[in-house]
Amino acid sequence: MINPTDSFGAPPLWKNGPVPGAFYNFPGSNVDKQHISQHSQAPVTTATSVIAFAFNSGVIIAGDLLASYGSLARFRDCPRIMKVNDNIILGAGGDYGDFQYVKDFIEQKVIDEECLDDGFKLKPKSLYCWLTRIMYNRRSRFDPFWNTFVVGGLQDGVPFLGTVDKLGTAYEDKAICTGYGAHLALPLIRDALDKNPLLSEVEAVALLKKCMEVLYYRDARSFPKYQIGIITEDGIKIEGPIDVNQKWELAHMIH
Amino acid sequence: MFRNQYDSDVTVWSPQGRLHQVEYAMEAVKLGSATVGLKSATHSVILCLKRASSELAAYQKKIIPIDKHIGISISGLTADARILSRYMRTECLNYKYSLDTLLPIARLIGQLGNKMQLCTQRYDRRPYGVGLLVAGYDDQGPHIYQTCPSANFFDCKAMAIGARSQSARTYLEKHLDEFADCPLDELVKHGLRAVRDTLPNEVELSTKNVSIGYVGKGQDFKILDDDEIGIFLSMIEGEERRVGGGSGGTGDEVIRPEPTGEEDEPRDPIPAVAMDTE
Amino acid sequence: MSATVSRPYFPDYAANAPTKHHFSPYADNGGSIVAIAGDDYVVIAGDTRLSAGFQIYTREQNKLFQLTNTTVLGCAGCWCDTLTLTRLLSARMQMYEQEHNKTMSTTAAAQMLSTILYYKRFFPYYISNMLVGLDDEGKGCVYSYDPIGHCEKAKYRAGGSAGALLQPLLDNQVGLKNMQGIKSEPIPLERALAILKDVFISAAERDIYTGDGIHINIITKDGLKSDSFQLRKD
Repeated sequence: MINPTDSFGAPPLWKNGPVPGAFYNFPGSNVDKQHISQHSQAPVTTATSVIAFAFNSGVIIAGDLLASYGSLARFRDCPRIMKVNDNIILGAGGDYGDFQYVKDFIEQKVIDEECLDDGFKLKPKSLYCWLTRIMYNRRSRFDPFWNTFVVGGLQDGVPFLGTVDKLGTAYEDKAICTGYGAHLALPLIRDALDKNPLLSEVEAVALLKKCMEVLYYRDARSFPKYQIGIITEDGIKIEGPIDVNQKWELAHMIH
Repeated sequence: MFRNQYDSDVTVWSPQGRLHQVEYAMEAVKLGSATVGLKSATHSVILCLKRASSELAAYQKKIIPIDKHIGISISGLTADARILSRYMRTECLNYKYSLDTLLPIARLIGQLGNKMQLCTQRYDRRPYGVGLLVAGYDDQGPHIYQTCPSANFFDCKAMAIGARSQSARTYLEKHLDEFADCPLDELVKHGLRAVRDTLPNEVELSTKNVSIGYVGKGQDFKILDDDEIGIFLSMIEGEERRVGGGSGGTGDEVIRPEPTGEEDEPRDPIPAVAMDTE
Repeated sequence: MSATVSRPYFPDYAANAPTKHHFSPYADNGGSIVAIAGDDYVVIAGDTRLSAGFQIYTREQNKLFQLTNTTVLGCAGCWCDTLTLTRLLSARMQMYEQEHNKTMSTTAAAQMLSTILYYKRFFPYYISNMLVGLDDEGKGCVYSYDPIGHCEKAKYRAGGSAGALLQPLLDNQVGLKNMQGIKSEPIPLERALAILKDVFISAAERDIYTGDGIHINIITKDGLKSDSFQLRKD
């Protein structure tokens, strides 16, 4: 953090001259250090994990409803699974404000496309690629969107699942979890998919609920209310708020 | 100097509601040699007649690939076509870069139309003096689009533009119903016959003066080389040519009666100069 | 305006929040690339693990990018840079093709990659690149790069997270270095493929950022063939 003007800092080398360790404005230049903006270098209102995987006929995504303020459970009704269009659902983790900004952006994009009315609809791979460009662009300006996005959908009828993080790192996989979900839920999902790569929708929902339960018990920034988004050939369902099935009777046995 | 007093500028209206400069630009299309486009349920094909500007010059290219799913053929000012094709290529590249999919044909044509329209509404511009036939394939199937210097564009089943193209259009209209179910090689043969109809009687199609490009389902846009053209030419060789040859175009200048200006009733704006292709 | 305007500063209250995030535009996503060129072939292989720290993002990430029928690029390092670079490259390949009416040669692609990398000299793409292909005479060649565009032509090369581990092994097995009584001669394709698989098995044993599987591209005058091979997944 550069704070050249505080009284504890070093004095200028000469009158109106450069200060050690500070930005120096050459005399006559119009650069004003008040215009040197401080970029968002840290998330503020954060949401925790996103859980997603593909099953035999579509993709399922879940995320809880909490937006935390550090360790404070600040906002408790913050949905972060969104329907983009009939082909795509999107889940987001990380800074909630950044998500809302990007969400507006995406919604405008979809509206613009609908206005063209040419019968073409954004496909999940396109949104995934576009998000990669957006996120990479912002990271290159040192002003990242502090999010991890999970894009699910049907690409010409085939389930698609991909993720993009704040750097623009992107990959596709059958199962994707972000945040603590990557440590706690992903092994459960990978194990289930290894045993049965073609889960039915009912099995997928059951597995997902199990994951959300496990996450609620161990992730301190999680919340017992969450949403599930499911995309299949029949369309998109966003269900919730769903409550985590809590069992605390065992709590006294754990030390 | 002027054909009438209302054609001094693109932005000047005639009392009949016409933009004469734009209509003159439409004439530039007819100066180019003929080009034909047609499509089936799965493919679209563009063919064109090439000219050599002199004995010493090579036959000028008339088909320009835009992306792997789009190609255009041109008639009119080649230099203007280069600018338009560069624009189309850039649009396709940008779309592919940001969305990882091929630009839908209708969107590209819409954007191109907007770009071309600007030149018909500003005093410091002139309309593009070139007509394009755009062959493309996307999720909605094959397309043939025609664009004009007036910035109009048309979604076509089949179309021919350029010098003496009326005969080609006559052929296309006559066989229009057959195209939909045509396999690719039949479609190309139809196109060649249409192109042949635009030739004067003493000229024959050859691998030198014709070029063919097609795109379709599972087929990237491809411009055929001489050998491949030769195969198609031999398929239609020996067929009887339609008598009469071409009509319309540069040869037969249409003299339009000058508006007298004293007329009270507005005249019917049926274009005598503008393209009769729409 | 002047540098002497001071704001109040209270050291007691200046403590950073306990969850101070630091933003770095780079990530090390691991991955290794190995390429071996012969007189009439070139092979390149990249592992399929995409990771960050102790977390495996995916086990099935192809790191080889086909630029033309005779040129393939392998990338390891910062994955977001890789995605951007390869996207840019494919656009540049298409532009070249349209402007010059021919596909780019391997040597031209190699030079272009160097230029593109150096263009970002002061905010580099953090990637170890390996570009392979057949040159104008049909001979295999390998070009390896540093992140800012230094380019070196070689006959065999290992790069990425296990690059330092594997290069000496290749020196010995492919370059036949430090061997006595052996005539140095180019190795055949079968031998190259066998070595390739062996070195990746070794890398997966010692390097946590390399594993899961490899994708192999074999380029000969007959075209490009793909193959894959499983590695340990732990």
